[in-house]
Amino acid sequence: MTEPRKARVATVSLAGCFGCHMAILDIDERLIELMKLVEFDRSPLTDMKTFTRRCDIGIIEGGCCNEENVHVLRDFRRNCDVLIAIGQCAIMGGLPAMRNAIMHSDAPLRECLEEAYITGRYIRNTTHNIPNDPALPLLLDQVYPCSDVVQIDYQIPGCAPSGDVIFNMLSQLLAGRFHGFGHENIRFD
Amino acid sequence: MTSPDFTFVIDGRAIPGKPGQTIMEAADAAGIYIPRLCDHEGLRHQGGCRVCTVKAAGRSVSACTQPAAPDLVVESETPHINKLRRDLVEMLFHEGNHLCPICEASGNCELQAMAYRLDMTAPTKMPYLEPCRELDVSHPDIALDTNRCISCGRCIRASQDVDHKGVFGYVGRGIHRRVAVNGSDLAHTDAAVTDHAISAEVCPVGCILRKRVGFATPIGEREFDHGPIGHEIEGGSSD
Repeated sequence: MTEPRKARVATVSLAGCFGCHMAILDIDERLIELMKLVEFDRSPLTDMKTFTRRCDIGIIEGGCCNEENVHVLRDFRRNCDVLIAIGQCAIMGGLPAMRNAIMHSDAPLRECLEEAYITGRYIRNTTHNIPNDPALPLLLDQVYPCSDVVQIDYQIPGCAPSGDVIFNMLSQLLAGRFHGFGHENIRFD
Repeated sequence: MTSPDFTFVIDGRAIPGKPGQTIMEAADAAGIYIPRLCDHEGLRHQGGCRVCTVKAAGRSVSACTQPAAPDLVVESETPHINKLRRDLVEMLFHEGNHLCPICEASGNCELQAMAYRLDMTAPTKMPYLEPCRELDVSHPDIALDTNRCISCGRCIRASQDVDHKGVFGYVGRGIHRRVAVNGSDLAHTDAAVTDHAISAEVCPVGCILRKRVGFATPIGEREFDHGPIGHEIEGGSSD
């Protein structure tokens, strides 16, 4: 009799800080247990930039701040059966979404870039230009949570979620059914 | 003549009630926590946030304003009512800018603690309204970020009834109703950092902020790191 095939998992960091991927590694030695059940496909952990085949679980860190994020997120939706948004950035925009609330400006994105590259008090930018290389993905007008772009199936809240929460959630999901976090484990920060 | 004490039922448990007590007051005294945001100990009841909604004799009422009555049958912790409460809290999260990772009220925030208690973790299709209201940092000791305001009105009642000042008030009608200060900005009111309305316990979220004290308490020692919201009331009955 053949062994049941391992669940295929893909992960990506969009407009995030990679903290949630660090949190995935915080599962520590239980990763060995987890790796008996899953194999990673497209992920920064495998350094694979494209899907080799359809995956069972896609884990998304970060929201969408540029067109490439939207493209990648849609690619994940197309190639994954279950999408999990991990961390506050993926769930509701998180820290990058602070730029959505820049006050008193008709062009908040321009103001944000000008302060970051030109007018900021602690900036040393000898070109006095906002980076505009054609290779750079275009920024969106706002930072969008993943659920604004595609259907998200599950969320793991936290900034970043603890390794325990991620491990328990994935274990339950791989066992067939997610029963919830238990309110003592929910953290938004 | 005062009518005698009586009993009524919450979630199948007989609870002693006194004439004039609301359902919530009697529940608190009996060690049953009914979730609430706009109600605060020492302030008059408002019944505005509706998070304390219970079914009393089959009707949806706010437990903080509905008087307890003899033999009343109240349902509180049912999946249906908790779903209603979770939806209300979720809408508050969508209506304002509640970015927990950057908010200095995180860990001490009743809205956040309520979301934890009510298991607000499922994906949603509601849009984030992302208001862009101006910050008021005019006062030397106090800052206001009304993008985080949930319009509970606790500061209004604290300022009027406890401080006898009237620094805060509601403006606008319907969906446009918001809490505003009684002046061009906070510096042009008689607000003081020692006011009860400004104290950390009155504002349930990170809207009214005392300057130079943010992030002083480390993670793990903040109010709701010690237990879920309501645990003091629920723990009180077994002591």
